[in-house]
Amino acid sequence: MTDVPIDIAHVAKLARIALTHDESAAFTAQFAKLFGYIEELQALDVTHVSATAQVIPIMNVMRDDIIRDCLDRAAALANAPDTSGPYFKVPRILE
Amino acid sequence: MKTSPDVATTETAKHDYEPVIGLEVHVELKTKSKMFCSCRNEFGAEPNTAVCPTCLGMPGSLPVINRVAVEYLCKAGFALGCDVAPYSKFDRKNYFYPDMPKNYQISQYDMPLTTGGGVTLSSGKRIRLNRIHLEEDTGKNLHAGGAMAGSDYTLIDYNRAGVPLMEIVSEPDISSSDEAEDYLAELKAVLSYIGVSDVKMHEGSLRCDANVSIRPRGANELGTKTEVKNMNSFRSVGRAIKHEIARQAERLAAGDRIVQETRGWDEVKGTTYSMRSKEEAHDYRYFPEPDLVPLALDADVLARWRSELPELPDARRKRFAQQYGLSEYDAQVLTAERSDADFYEATAAACDDPKQAANWLMGDVRRALQSAGFTALAQSPMTAAQLGELIRLVKSGAITGKAGKEVCDILVAKGGDPNAIVAERGLGAVTDSTEIAAMVDQAITANQKSVDAYKGGKANAFDFIVGQVMKVSRGKANVEIVRALIKERLG
Repeated sequence: MTDVPIDIAHVAKLARIALTHDESAAFTAQFAKLFGYIEELQALDVTHVSATAQVIPIMNVMRDDIIRDCLDRAAALANAPDTSGPYFKVPRILE
Repeated sequence: MKTSPDVATTETAKHDYEPVIGLEVHVELKTKSKMFCSCRNEFGAEPNTAVCPTCLGMPGSLPVINRVAVEYLCKAGFALGCDVAPYSKFDRKNYFYPDMPKNYQISQYDMPLTTGGGVTLSSGKRIRLNRIHLEEDTGKNLHAGGAMAGSDYTLIDYNRAGVPLMEIVSEPDISSSDEAEDYLAELKAVLSYIGVSDVKMHEGSLRCDANVSIRPRGANELGTKTEVKNMNSFRSVGRAIKHEIARQAERLAAGDRIVQETRGWDEVKGTTYSMRSKEEAHDYRYFPEPDLVPLALDADVLARWRSELPELPDARRKRFAQQYGLSEYDAQVLTAERSDADFYEATAAACDDPKQAANWLMGDVRRALQSAGFTALAQSPMTAAQLGELIRLVKSGAITGKAGKEVCDILVAKGGDPNAIVAERGLGAVTDSTEIAAMVDQAITANQKSVDAYKGGKANAFDFIVGQVMKVSRGKANVEIVRALIKERLG
């Protein structure tokens, strides 16, 4: 149970999710079950199945290069936590 | 004088190491609409007016692939000798940064649209490409500089978010800053010829990051690389690479190790500096984009796209040299821009004199463009037919070379019919022998000293008298007639 091959704290940090100590412990336990299940899948013979990242039998869905109306700026900015003139305003980004 | 040991070691270090450079070039595709939504793809629009729920990353919105963006990337791939993948997919690159409103960028991770290919430098050296993949651009942050310096916030314009972007990744085959600049120039020429991008570095439609490392000359193993960013011109790319090579050599010479990191280029100071990275450890947690289905492009469609490619710069350069008898240099200059090359060919046809057309375009026209304040031939209203007619007028002797320059200035600035300009300004050459004879006699009488000198054996006195006649005629006398008449009179 303890040798979960995933660093919960690191993943949570990358995903910007703040976990309490209890939550971390709970997720570690749940992930351990998940990995256990994946190990069961490893036992299956899949030699006749080709690997894919997509199971829907559809391909090449594309649109024509046509311009349609955009949002009014006021509407675009309406949900922003903060704005300044025509811009979205966010805490300073350091580069 | 004693050289300080530090300088001496650095010099040795420079000789002992060879640079290994790879470039990642981002190119915005010139589609009408964005990559995954129907917003305008427009440079310089009013902030946040070319946005919609999809490119703002609003819940419930879904991306749909722009067919023309795929077409443009494939055409770039064909032009650069790449293989278009029979099967390709998009992936999510996850990171938190306010210029990506979705908190991920749709990109391609392990199945890019093209692989292989390469760019041939003017030296003949081939720089191999690793891949070209399709992704979406990010929004634009406004910070730093002016009143914003030291402020505690950043302003964002999402007009650029979702603009189709292709990333062209080279193999680390580049070994100097000059080669890097040459590579970029060649790449730019090809992309601008096929018309898939504006490729303007100062407008950001072409951006370049350089991966730079050095290793002991002859070694197989690569040294630790740094990624250098924020260059805003081909020249800056060259300067930044040169600086980074020297910095790494100095470090190694001092016994330090190179830290793998992203470094920014400071154009003013001429140095690179360590940047805080966007994401710790660059763990982007890529996974297949569930909102898009894969691409498996039809062979017929690919064949059609390939057949639509125009003649590419390298082929055109060779043809110009051969067909028109131009020097390699002239052919290079005249083919650098596709529109210039088209203009040249049309002018050459109009005046039926390819050599003269080249001379005018690279001489008087270029000078006239500068004085008219134009930075490119395409900005002038002059047509190839007009320039061709002007060249004919000068060749036939209907106007003198001097008058031709004057007409050229007017054409470049305003365009127009050369014949009308000549008539309007009284620039037609004086070819009437009687009229010229009178001017010649006048000049001979007024310059007896030169006449005597010429008769006394001073050949250049002859040219002085010719000059005097041209002056009297205000440059309009047919110089052949002038010379003949003077010769006749002075025996």
